Amino acid sequence: MRTPLSWLAEYTDLAPGARGADVAASLVSVGLEEEDLHGGDITGPLVVGRVLELEEQVQKNGKPIRYCVVDVGQNGQMLTEGKHQEIVCGATNFEVGDLVVVVLPGAVLPGGFEISARKTYGRMSNGMICAEDEIGLGHDHEGIIVLSRLLGEERAASLSPGDDAIALLGLADETVETNVTPDRGYCFSLRGLAREYWHAQGSPEGGFRDPAAVVAPDANGDGYTVELKDDSPIDGNEGCDRYVARIVRGIDPTRQTPSWMARRLTQAGMRPISLAVDVTNYVMLAVGQPLHAFDVDRLSGSVVVRRARVGEKLTTLDDVERALNVDDLLITDGGEQPLAIAGVMGGASSEVSDTTTDVLIEAAHFDPTTVARSSRRHRLVTEASKRFERGVDPKVTAAAAQLAVDLLVEHGGGTVDPGVTDVDRTTDRVAYRLDVTEPSRIVGVDYARERVVGILRDLGCSVDEQGAGTDDRHILVTPPSWRPDLVDAPDYAEEVARIDGYNNIPSITPTPTEGRGLTHAQRARRVVADALAGFGLTEVLSYPFVAEGLADQLMLPVDDDRRQAVRLANPLSEERPLLRTSILASLVDTLRRNVARGQKDVAIYELGLVFRPGGPLGTAPIPSVATRPDADTLERLYAAVPAQPRRAGILATGQTEPAGWWGPGRAADWSDMVAAVQTVASALAVPVVVANDPGHAPWHPGRCARITLLDGTLVGHAGELHPKVVAALELPARTVAAEVDVDVLIAASAEPVQAQAFSTFPPALTDVALLVASDVAAADVESALRSGAGEALESVSLFDVYEGEHVEAGRKSLAYRLTFRATDRTLTTEEVNGFRDAAVASAASATGAVQR
Amino acid sequence: MSGPNTNYDPVEVSALDPANVDSAVQEALAAIAAAASLDDLKAVRIAHQGEKSPLALANREIGALPPSAKAEAGKRVGQARGRVGQALSARQTELEAERDERILVEERVDVTVPALRRLTGARHPIELVAQRLVDAFVGMGWEVAEGPELESEWLNFDALNLGPDHPARQMQDTFFLDPVDSGLVLRTQTSPVQIRTMLEQEPPIYIVAPGKVFRTDDLDATHTPVFHQIECLAIDKGLTMAHLRGALDAFVRIMFGEDTRTRVRANYFPFTEPSMETDFLCFACHGEETWGSAEPCRTCGGSGWIELGGSGMVNRKVLRTCGIDPDVYSGFAFGLGIERALQLRHGVQGMHEIVEGDIRFSQQFGMGA
Repeated sequence: MRTPLSWLAEYTDLAPGARGADVAASLVSVGLEEEDLHGGDITGPLVVGRVLELEEQVQKNGKPIRYCVVDVGQNGQMLTEGKHQEIVCGATNFEVGDLVVVVLPGAVLPGGFEISARKTYGRMSNGMICAEDEIGLGHDHEGIIVLSRLLGEERAASLSPGDDAIALLGLADETVETNVTPDRGYCFSLRGLAREYWHAQGSPEGGFRDPAAVVAPDANGDGYTVELKDDSPIDGNEGCDRYVARIVRGIDPTRQTPSWMARRLTQAGMRPISLAVDVTNYVMLAVGQPLHAFDVDRLSGSVVVRRARVGEKLTTLDDVERALNVDDLLITDGGEQPLAIAGVMGGASSEVSDTTTDVLIEAAHFDPTTVARSSRRHRLVTEASKRFERGVDPKVTAAAAQLAVDLLVEHGGGTVDPGVTDVDRTTDRVAYRLDVTEPSRIVGVDYARERVVGILRDLGCSVDEQGAGTDDRHILVTPPSWRPDLVDAPDYAEEVARIDGYNNIPSITPTPTEGRGLTHAQRARRVVADALAGFGLTEVLSYPFVAEGLADQLMLPVDDDRRQAVRLANPLSEERPLLRTSILASLVDTLRRNVARGQKDVAIYELGLVFRPGGPLGTAPIPSVATRPDADTLERLYAAVPAQPRRAGILATGQTEPAGWWGPGRAADWSDMVAAVQTVASALAVPVVVANDPGHAPWHPGRCARITLLDGTLVGHAGELHPKVVAALELPARTVAAEVDVDVLIAASAEPVQAQAFSTFPPALTDVALLVASDVAAADVESALRSGAGEALESVSLFDVYEGEHVEAGRKSLAYRLTFRATDRTLTTEEVNGFRDAAVASAASATGAVQR
Repeated sequence: MSGPNTNYDPVEVSALDPANVDSAVQEALAAIAAAASLDDLKAVRIAHQGEKSPLALANREIGALPPSAKAEAGKRVGQARGRVGQALSARQTELEAERDERILVEERVDVTVPALRRLTGARHPIELVAQRLVDAFVGMGWEVAEGPELESEWLNFDALNLGPDHPARQMQDTFFLDPVDSGLVLRTQTSPVQIRTMLEQEPPIYIVAPGKVFRTDDLDATHTPVFHQIECLAIDKGLTMAHLRGALDAFVRIMFGEDTRTRVRANYFPFTEPSMETDFLCFACHGEETWGSAEPCRTCGGSGWIELGGSGMVNRKVLRTCGIDPDVYSGFAFGLGIERALQLRHGVQGMHEIVEGDIRFSQQFGMGA
């Protein structure tokens, strides 16, 4: 909401010398957020100019540039050596003869931008033709201002080159723009903002002059017939509970909007259109009541307010034909022809035009929910809908209509009909029994009873300290009609705190008891993240949005769980409508981006959630919020949310040990990925088993490790990506990857580690070389050795793998070092040999191993 | 070697002649002193202390002497061998020390050549900033709560007093799931974690909830469709806005240093009533108003204050929805965007580097920021 200071000053006393920033600060102090400041920071000459000649040349960069000759009139010429000015302009939205806004050398535009004559695009430019944003009038920079379009043909016709554009456009007057939160619909008006500014000044006696304090005549039987026929109210609230209709006849359609009004509308960010429309907008800005002007000659029956029927259509003022929904509330002609979507936008058929002489002013009160839904449904956010959905004062209706009538009579030369329609079904607010100590209890500041009562009265509440139910602690508060947000004690507490000053609230550090620190899972996740970073991987974050074709690129089998992805109804890009089912799915983009930026050695990881619906999505219930949903409903609510396991994804390319002065480097290979997973597992002290997995996409069938817990629970996969996947995803050759189910590792590490005693006797070492078939897994050989070696075995390490000329074809040699140690004695050579032979025998029977 | 001979005059056995013994010692000492290396010394040792050395030979002659002469000759030769032995040992020590010195010099390398032979990893700073804030609150006795990123609409909106027609619900640009009537969304805030906690846990509740949230904003300098929030919720008996302010003060001190402080004003959030907006004193310029000056503060834009985020006392409706009696318990909640905290604290100018996953970004922060 934009508030020109000069207009605000009509309704409240501004502090002496207050500038825009001061007014904004005052409004901020009572909780109205400052959005922007406009105007007031221009020094002229800024004048009306007429384009006399223009020559357009397309520049080398393809941009057209116009070399113009502009008549800047008497004022301008006195400042610029008495001649028409040559001005270079980059916009093309104007023609010869148009009136434009010209800033001349010596002027200073908002932001301290000093204008001087300077050479641009090869010629001298004596100033600049202005766009809206350049002079702080708006944010529009689509082209330059053409005054006939900004102010209307008629008003533009009365202007001459040289006229002062600062005064014309109200640019000397500062405008404060505030953000209006959904609970403060009344601040979408000068009336509301003036009241808040007055509160910020301490609500001095007589310091607020209510623009809605006009006397409106009571309804009589002679008014235009209005029928409220809402047969399907939403949540029991009728779509329209008040409708005031007034008619002004005989308006001279050639009459123009007075320039002061046009200027105020412009300052407030609205375009002057025609007198009737401008008056309705002006009154809306002043008191917050949206009005609509119908052309009486285009109405045939009574005004009937009803819900839309199936199949009905309406072409709205923006020339869009809209299919209406049965929940839309309509203003109709005689109950049939739709005239407007109530509180949102009028229809083209009953629009006032440049021949309209008789106008029906509608001032109505519509249900916020009804308007909000229509506005959302038709994607039509209007000045009216913004106000109605936040709540309009149901008591300002008649006054607003009267203000509009008065302005039309005064400036349009019309006569008001004696008939007054006011269908009023509004009910008065019920008083709330407020415990006057509640604000102190909620806010933490000790407010005296008198302070609480005084603030509430300043706000417009009526406070009863005598009636039934009142006592030394309780009062009866009836909120003002414009404050639908004031309902219970916390609402009143906020008002008291706000007006008393939020900065009077002290700071007391809360002191919880019995904090239990991080949970095991939270600690374990940090261990995982730190272990991966310690392993040499760099943590990154990627968006979880993936393309539909990715599952094919990853060569996932048709029945793979990872093809069951959740789909977004409104993805940012139609190319990526799915949520990832693995971390690798989104991490590949990150790897590619790094490589594209010239990084050769990239080893990255991400810890995050993946989305595994495991089937079609269920439907989450939407229970009432009045009480805690029952256990069954909550169960269904939680169960409807798809599984989201936490995973770690790892990708690497390039060298894991770089080349350097020490010699060549070592490229990242499948073993780095297995090692990374083992590093994470051992960081959490979880034993894991590695097996060859020849069939798990997207990995290379001969270079993929399946990693499980001892009980067989899958932990993850690691290895080299399938060459076809690498090609399809355009990754560097031999890219390696791993994905780990972190939740599994967390669960497996939940129990405290139980320490094993260890021996202090000397170890006995013995080596064995075993010949096995080439396709026998080393892990199987090791496991057989372990199971045969007996309790004294301390460790097994594979120190050589050999395939080649000294070994027969189809076999390989595995050399192990076995370390034995007894807990109670030093082992003898004979004992060790016996253990070794038993281990070898076990390996022989399990894997066909033969000792070399 | 001569056999025992009682008539034998030791003085006449030339090897035992004092002058000869002395000369043998002198020769040995000279050779020892002249030994330039441990190898030389080894040769000297053999020559002058070995079995065939003059003194060893002399020693052997003693046995042939008459008993009366043995003592004197033995003493003389013994002293001589002692002197040689001592000199050898001293020179040995000296030469070993020299050798050790020399080896250290010879083994010198240039330790400024690159030493790191493997890639170094790093954590992402978003995680580090979140961790830092979490740790501070955990230190004060709060606990960490988490929830799913794909969440039910009811928990993300309705339970937070954001009914289907609430204007605030339209302010949020939400990712809805297909089919839309599934009642599921990507959470637009971490607040559903608060609802889950209040539904399942008896007060007192003091939780901090960090996490990823989603809005349908395109990536630009200030927006990203996926970002991170951290929210705090406290529900207990007797909590007031003063406690809220105290928690906010603690929060900004942790993040931006002891010198900062807050200022507060009213605002509107459906989840809270009363609601509060908080600014904190700019840690870079300490609140000097530089707005409009030639060089406005780059951190706060010149106003001297930085907006922290929304907060307030948990709306009684929300407490009731969660089965908590608002006449017994009160509470507050506040939150902020972690991206913004990262930008402010570490001078990160834009949003792209935070979300793009360029390893050079994370690597600046190491394992702790």
